[in-house]
Amino acid sequence: MLAKRVIPCMDVKDGRVVKGVNFVNLRDAGDPIELAQRYDAERADEVIFLDITATSDDRATTVELASHASEQLHLPYCVGGGFRSVADIRRMIAAGADKVSVNSAAVANPQLISDAAYAFGTQAILCAIDAKQVAGNPNKWEVYVHGGRKATGIDAVEWARGAARRGAGEILLTSMDRDGSREGFDCALTRAVARAVDIPVIASGGVGKLEHFAQGILEGEADAVLAASVFHFGEFTIRQVKEHMASCGIHVRL
Amino acid sequence: MIAVVDYHKGNLMSVERGIEAAGGVAVITDKADDIARADGIVLPGVGAFADASATMCALGQLEVVRERIAAGVPFLGICLGMHLLFEEGVEGAPDEDDEASTHNARGLAVLPGVVVRMPKVAADGTAFKVPHVGWNTVAPPAESAGAAGADTPVLKQSWARTDRPLDDPARAELRAGAPAPADSELNAASSGASMNALEKKRFDCPLFEGIPVGEYFYFTHSYIAPTGPFVVGETAHSVAFPSAVQYGEACFGVQFHPEKSSDAGAAVLRNFVKIVKG
Repeated sequence: MLAKRVIPCMDVKDGRVVKGVNFVNLRDAGDPIELAQRYDAERADEVIFLDITATSDDRATTVELASHASEQLHLPYCVGGGFRSVADIRRMIAAGADKVSVNSAAVANPQLISDAAYAFGTQAILCAIDAKQVAGNPNKWEVYVHGGRKATGIDAVEWARGAARRGAGEILLTSMDRDGSREGFDCALTRAVARAVDIPVIASGGVGKLEHFAQGILEGEADAVLAASVFHFGEFTIRQVKEHMASCGIHVRL
Repeated sequence: MIAVVDYHKGNLMSVERGIEAAGGVAVITDKADDIARADGIVLPGVGAFADASATMCALGQLEVVRERIAAGVPFLGICLGMHLLFEEGVEGAPDEDDEASTHNARGLAVLPGVVVRMPKVAADGTAFKVPHVGWNTVAPPAESAGAAGADTPVLKQSWARTDRPLDDPARAELRAGAPAPADSELNAASSGASMNALEKKRFDCPLFEGIPVGEYFYFTHSYIAPTGPFVVGETAHSVAFPSAVQYGEACFGVQFHPEKSSDAGAAVLRNFVKIVKG
């Protein structure tokens, strides 16, 4: 039986992990490969590097990172951020990334998903969706792009369905309402998307307690749960999270 | 030297590093000559069946890999590399969704049968997500096929199978004798009810030496190999499907990615390197 996945996510800028990494025993706290290796040792199921570099010039650093990762990591990894074309994605896949995630560019040009899925296989293409609840409507969420700065008017569930139809292999779903809140995943959003598509959904945004991970799976019906700072700051280890999930009856790779 | 066959579809660095970490000397190559000289061959899994098969054919790789397997050179096919051991694949074929398609791409035809899309719905109507992505367990086939690959038919025959129509009785014969997938038994086993019974079983394959039954490996695929007596490892998703196959003494295919499967994957690669070194 397929295990539910626990995925630590690292925001990377100029080849360094940013936004809160707090391990004293790492030689260099900001090194994404070292951090990923640590997560591998803790039995993380995969890792995501999110390139938050502002300009495409700096993106060469991230291609380099992907290349080092393919040499040094023995677990799957995904690189996200800033892909505008199949050529951009090809560079990252050629460097060794197992998967890439597309976000704003896919909203602007949904054909990018089809083209990339055709070129590299659906399993290599994650569609990342940043969604925010529509005010006054608890069962409606809107897609935001450009790092959550720009509303699109697009319904998140509909967009997820469209992305899946076009060939996305997974949905990485972030609740903007919950991101950084430590209140837990938006399980209503996650469930709505998980039920709308027949591809795996990764729940993201809002983890603060151990229970939240299990909730994402049991209530949100997600296939994987993602978190960043709770892992980077050493608040929970991957193992703790998995043991707790297992105690809730969730099938995980311990 | 272990040749990592490059058919120009992606990055093979993790495979190369995985083999080297396992104590082998790996060389990424697209040259038939290098492959012919290698003590072991790894066919990695990137891209789609039809595409990979066309490139391998154009580069003369298909022929040499098949010859070396027949000569008993240790071989490990990973993911698509395992699929390519079979006769045909529907992935990327011109009319892929047409079940009666006669345009399937040709594989190495070391093992019999056609690689098909994984069903999204189980026999009992439960919906499953495809691609099958993530960590899943591998166990010996529920219906033990005994000494796997001991008498697997196809390679010994001529490679003219593409000239044979799909409904040719000779083709059906190749698949006859393949045990039906024992879904119920495998599912029951992974649900834990008969886990104790399963734990007593062991892998009957040197590639899995020292690896506990039910170990997790990383999968990412939408297509599955046909079943048969050559299956040495099985995994359950919407159906029970072959996750490890063996032909003869030293030709193996694994559906999962050992190079991405952390410690368990490293153990598989170490076993393969050990087999190569004799």
